[in-house]
Amino acid sequence: MSLDRSDVERIAHLARLQIDESDIPAYTENLSNILNLIDQMQQTDTSGVAPLANPLDAVQRLRADTVTETNQREALQKAAPAVEDGLFLVPKVIE
Amino acid sequence: MEWEVVIGLEIHVQLSTTTKIFSGASTAFGAEPNTQACAVDLALPGTLPVFNENALRMAVMFGLAVNAEIGKRSVFERKNYFYPDLPKGYQTTQLAEPIVGPGFVDIETEEGVQRRVRLHHAHLEEDAGKSLHEDFHGMSGIDLNRAGTPLVEIVSEPDMRSSKEAAAYARKIHAIVTTLGICDGNMAEGSMRCDCNVSVRPKGQEEYGTRTELKNINSFRFIERAIDTEVARQIDLIEDGGTVLQETRLYDPDKNQTRSMRSKEDANDYRYFPCPDLLPVVIDDSYIEAIRETLPELPDARRARFIEEYKLSDYDAGVLSGYSAQADYYEAVVKACGDTKLAANWVMGELAKYLNQNDTDIKQSPVSADQLGGLLERIKDDTISGNIAKKVFETMWTDGGSADEIIEAKGLKQVTDTGAIEKIVDDVIANADKQVEQYKAAEPEKRGKMLGFFMGQVMKATGGKANPGAVTGILKKKLDALCD
Repeated sequence: MSLDRSDVERIAHLARLQIDESDIPAYTENLSNILNLIDQMQQTDTSGVAPLANPLDAVQRLRADTVTETNQREALQKAAPAVEDGLFLVPKVIE
Repeated sequence: MEWEVVIGLEIHVQLSTTTKIFSGASTAFGAEPNTQACAVDLALPGTLPVFNENALRMAVMFGLAVNAEIGKRSVFERKNYFYPDLPKGYQTTQLAEPIVGPGFVDIETEEGVQRRVRLHHAHLEEDAGKSLHEDFHGMSGIDLNRAGTPLVEIVSEPDMRSSKEAAAYARKIHAIVTTLGICDGNMAEGSMRCDCNVSVRPKGQEEYGTRTELKNINSFRFIERAIDTEVARQIDLIEDGGTVLQETRLYDPDKNQTRSMRSKEDANDYRYFPCPDLLPVVIDDSYIEAIRETLPELPDARRARFIEEYKLSDYDAGVLSGYSAQADYYEAVVKACGDTKLAANWVMGELAKYLNQNDTDIKQSPVSADQLGGLLERIKDDTISGNIAKKVFETMWTDGGSADEIIEAKGLKQVTDTGAIEKIVDDVIANADKQVEQYKAAEPEKRGKMLGFFMGQVMKATGGKANPGAVTGILKKKLDALCD
């Protein structure tokens, strides 16, 4: 399976990555190679094998439903570029 | 052409856990912005989620209550999209292996249409934060207190055929989750939110029409109105030669119309994949059975018991059992006054009226079940009439106090002294020559209906305090004596 230029542009857009126009051919080739490898893997007969969600042979550990996190707003907002009235400020997201 | 409406619902239910689904931050409603958003909720680098056992338990409770198969192994996945109130850049949710598999609920509309609605599945996921678009110097404000609040998303099959069925289904889910105590059911605060998938097709056609999705509807009334509005739009569009586009639409309750939000053309490509930060959740039969043991009486069972034990009508039993807090209240009133029918009438009548008018949940009712029960006892023992009881109730609602205190303080005790009533009846008859003549002229079987006028006069003279039963008897006796 090989990708074309528009696929790469679309993937970059979905991941919100800005890529240089001049790099697109290289990305297209590299990503296509990865997909080719996957195609090759797909040829393995996996009938009767359950899909793997995680490579570790372990199950999720559970947490008791009690509050362990106290208010750390002041510390946590120090890294934010803009805050007001306790809110994080971001570029306006609707018109 | 005759059209058939096809509706499927996705209902998001906020679980009433104490903490978030993957962090130990509180989920209490109404806190100052970002005071309940910890490093995990903010997706700071290096943090890892740990799954809340109570969220798992609640989801299993729901699954058992809707006759569903429980996923003994469930897997969290990442649903990737960018939005400022989603700090991680993905929502942790479930897709291929959800905690609750196919199930069903039985619904009944107010018109008595019954239907079994199949559930496709229900899965656990986290809520996003809130964006505030008021003007912050041209920016948006983000409050992440809600980020990471556990949700169960309940996905139905497209089994509903009218807006009324959709509302009945949503009410049923509401009744189930509030009875289980896994959600506070407060729709105004967003504890239960509903997306409706709506399409129309010519009656008899097998294939579904193109559907639109109505987002984030937060009242039962709006579910009905939004669907009706959207159905009318789709039919008009098709009949005018147009085609329905698959898209997400927003319902505007003020204008009673739906408008396009985004079309599926540039729909999000969510690129789901299993979340590497969370391992598969594995539970066994003993875990599930232990939870089954803790299930309370469910709405359908309670309804059947109300009919059987309290001899209520099907309708009354359905209404009273439809909301667990109301059913609890009703049972407490029955216990206090011992009259199941009278209690039903007052809980669904006067009490419901005051609660509606004041936009108050029954859990916050200023009149307690004991107070109401005490009032109904005074109706039963003829201390006061039903009409006077309404006045007592009004005082109870605004100023508090027991029925006995209010009756005493306002001098509302019913006049049952026959001698006193006879005297008043005599006065009324003496001053109503015209009506007495009409009564005498009427055929005997029609006279009963003519008592109303006299009754009204007696009640007026006694300020409504005369015992209606006693007055009727005396009036009839005295008037019929004049006819002979």
